[in-house]
Amino acid sequence: MTESTALKMTNGFRLQWEPAQDAHVLLYPEGMVKLNPAAAEILSLVDGDRNIEEITEALQAKFPDADLSGDVKEFVSIATANGWLS
Amino acid sequence: MASATSGPRWLLAELTYKCPLQCPYCSNPTDYTRYQSELTTEEWIQTMRQARDLGAVQLGFSGGEPLVRKDLEQLVAAAHEMGYYTNLITSGIGMDAQRVADLKEAGLDHIQISFQASEEVLNDRFAGTKAFQHKKEMAREVKAQGYPMVLNFVLYRENIDRIEDIMDLALELDADQVELANTQYYGWALHNREGLLPDREQLAAAQASAEKYQEKYQDRCRFLYVIPDYYETRPKACMSGWGNIFLNIAPDGSALPCQGARQMTHIDFPNVRNRSVKEIWFESNAFNVYRGDEWMRDPCKTCEHRHEDFGGCRCQAYQLTGDARNADPVCSLSPDHELVTQAVEKAQKEEMSRSVKVAFRNPKNAKQLLLNDSG
Repeated sequence: MTESTALKMTNGFRLQWEPAQDAHVLLYPEGMVKLNPAAAEILSLVDGDRNIEEITEALQAKFPDADLSGDVKEFVSIATANGWLS
Repeated sequence: MASATSGPRWLLAELTYKCPLQCPYCSNPTDYTRYQSELTTEEWIQTMRQARDLGAVQLGFSGGEPLVRKDLEQLVAAAHEMGYYTNLITSGIGMDAQRVADLKEAGLDHIQISFQASEEVLNDRFAGTKAFQHKKEMAREVKAQGYPMVLNFVLYRENIDRIEDIMDLALELDADQVELANTQYYGWALHNREGLLPDREQLAAAQASAEKYQEKYQDRCRFLYVIPDYYETRPKACMSGWGNIFLNIAPDGSALPCQGARQMTHIDFPNVRNRSVKEIWFESNAFNVYRGDEWMRDPCKTCEHRHEDFGGCRCQAYQLTGDARNADPVCSLSPDHELVTQAVEKAQKEEMSRSVKVAFRNPKNAKQLLLNDSG
């Protein structure tokens, strides 16, 4: 995957807010991961159209004071290795 | 007794004990024919609603064979509407292309199809019925209709040597994920343990094969290999602890902290027909009795691993030692560990492969086993 590739959630994966856990969770076949707020912010921007750069921009617009470029790259690489993104 | 601080996260809805298959490794209770009265559609919907309100979010429709229930589509639609992630755990028998489409329309997220072996003869012998070709067709249909596809193969003495054929079949069917799950010894599987438990050599070879495929096909398919806990020295963290995240509702509405718990006759399991899920989860003796660590005895009570493995599996402790408060005998620290090592040593004998007959899961054998128990 290159940096210009649009990021897409793997088929069968779903991001959802769970009030009982006071957190976003990532749901997939017979499994679930509780996400920290930063991970949830990034995943909520994964829409099948945006690439890493565009996701970083969108996030930067939301949090103008933070330095995010490294964080997004790192998260995307972990999420891809976990099979959440494809 | 401890009480829960949060609600269940997983709801397993065992819709029925009826099943067209007769697998001798089935985890259903051997006396399943005693529980004939199934929850109605409305009762299931109310139960799912109550569990969802407590925070349950993963929902498995299981059985028996859940496709036997004609209202499955209706239950899936209701669960989807409530915000559950819905999983159908099926043999594929009772499925056709139209039903796969109807379930998708109802909002089903995932279908897991189980196989008994990599080829027709052994598959159908262990299923106790003609099933293999239809399973393959249904796996293709599930994939074609855009579901994520997980295949499940239970491993046992007679099929484990063909694990590479099994993984090749999964690749041929384009599975996204494959569970290569060694038999867990509960229910029918415990009764048939001698005929099912592989020997050390078989396991080592299977594990090596699994690792080879995991490496080779990592971009294509996820192979999950689960070793049998009988060959471990540390017990599994069963259900992440009793009454912690998992709620099982049996076909008759009995609420169980684990599928295997029904055998514990000293516990009066509450029923969703006359108590709310909230009351059952937080207040019932059945869910509080082995919650946390207050119930533990030595060696668990003072063990440094007790918050990692929770003393292992309560059902396994109960069925092997007669007391659920004992350490899971799989644990090498358990004074009863030899109950497991003896079974393992027996499995090393070559004649085991030929001499042991397994009992198929069917009403006739269930009746026979009940008679044996009472006589």
